[in-house]
Amino acid sequence: MYKPHIRIEDLKAWYGNGQALKGITADVPEHQITAIIGPSGCGKTTLLRCLNRLLEEAQATRVSGHVWLDGTDIYGPGVDVTEVRTRVGMLAPKPFPLPMSIYDNVAYGRRIHGLQRTLDKGNGRNLDRIVQHYLQAAGLWEEVKDRLHDPASGLSTGQQQRLCLARALAVEPEVLLCDEPTSALDPISAQGIEEQLLALKEGTTIVLVTHLLRQARRLADHIIFLWMGELVETGPAEQIFHSAQDERTRAYVAGNIG
Amino acid sequence: MTRRKAKIEEAVFKALMIGSTAAVLGSLALILGTVVWRGLPALNLDMVTQTPKGGYYLGKEGGILNAIVGSLYLAGGATALSLLASLPIALYLQVYAARSRWADVARLALDVLWGVPSIVYGAFGFIIMLWLGIRASLLAGIITLAILELPIMVRAMDEAIAMVPSALKEASYALGATRLETAVRVILRQTAPGLLTGVLLAFGRGIGDAASVLFTAGYTDRLPDSLLGPAASLPLAVFFQLGTPFPAVQDRAYASALVLTAIILALSLISRALAGRFARHVIR
Repeated sequence: MYKPHIRIEDLKAWYGNGQALKGITADVPEHQITAIIGPSGCGKTTLLRCLNRLLEEAQATRVSGHVWLDGTDIYGPGVDVTEVRTRVGMLAPKPFPLPMSIYDNVAYGRRIHGLQRTLDKGNGRNLDRIVQHYLQAAGLWEEVKDRLHDPASGLSTGQQQRLCLARALAVEPEVLLCDEPTSALDPISAQGIEEQLLALKEGTTIVLVTHLLRQARRLADHIIFLWMGELVETGPAEQIFHSAQDERTRAYVAGNIG
Repeated sequence: MTRRKAKIEEAVFKALMIGSTAAVLGSLALILGTVVWRGLPALNLDMVTQTPKGGYYLGKEGGILNAIVGSLYLAGGATALSLLASLPIALYLQVYAARSRWADVARLALDVLWGVPSIVYGAFGFIIMLWLGIRASLLAGIITLAILELPIMVRAMDEAIAMVPSALKEASYALGATRLETAVRVILRQTAPGLLTGVLLAFGRGIGDAASVLFTAGYTDRLPDSLLGPAASLPLAVFFQLGTPFPAVQDRAYASALVLTAIILALSLISRALAGRFARHVIR
């Protein structure tokens, strides 16, 4: 058995009048990789973006239901959305570095949250160590250590995605949401990101949206399978891939539909 | 046969597009050519280093330093003042009120204000001055010009900020940043070249406007020495000199216009160089 880190309870979401999620109830186990899978337009990304309340930044969206993060409903009254997003980090499909240097990208989250002095009061070099640490964790340090103050826009797409990973990790989130994090990358860079995610799950709960079944098979410990905005089946990856209950799940994991 | 028709259409429209571009560039060249041709012979060191001496408007010695300095003070002050208001307005419209009806109303109002003739701003400023009991002064001119520049600056910045990809804003939000932190640390950096263009556009309109400063800043042959005293300006210098019956003084009007054009050109070049530096970090 697992310990749930996030409990999604009767979650519904709308874009204008169209309902994208029709009452999802599922668990995300702690320190595992949970993959949200399903055919295009089934609500994978919508569900993911509900978990850090980013969905509400888009036009005319509405959400109802509960997302319990360690027992606290992030949709509850009086919840500070910036605190939710500090605890739940995100990696987007296409890397978007911030318009600043490589160093400042990684330091951004620490600076806005005033975390740069956590270890060693007022010592600027402490931030240097933090930046180095997370660039190493994202597997980018060796490639950028001599040009930390160059614009992040000068990096390759693969490097930018690892920078975005370092930037997200530097805030020290409990949960990392990954929305098709390798879809814009070449196979080598994609493999690098996958390896980083596997290494990370020791201390971080990871939720991965992917349309690649093979990627889900390689990485996932737990599966949430969606179909047209509804939850079809959820459970350990082993069970979903080998002894699924639902006809649609079996057809999807066999590659017959979707 | 249809392909043949498409080819002819293409050729005709291409010719029209080239033609209109050439017409615009041609008129611009004609205007600049006239200013240079009539103004350059009259331009000398005295013109830009001396204030008007007695009899200047009859063709005697002196220069238009009063108008050059006055115009730089007026447009510089107005642009700075306008910037103070424009940046918060543009950020509010885009980051906080982006999708509210209120933002659309504000944009419509700004577009209407953009189209209002500058003499109306001048008259409006004049009424306020009468009401407050202040005379034509540098300060009144700066405030009136700032109001004139405001809609241009806000709308140019508004458009620049609208180009920021939503994924970039979300990248900042997803790190737990507030809207203000995102606006100041991410959006301002990303749009710096566009914001600079907005400032320059506004400055250009401010320094070139005669009607709004006519009543509000007044005119004087001396250098402006106080915010509460009158100030000369280049567009009015052109106007007054062109209105004299003496060809030599009229040529000085063209020389003044040439100085005005040179100031705007210099500013454009400086801001292009600056924009290049600002664009270093821009994400595409």
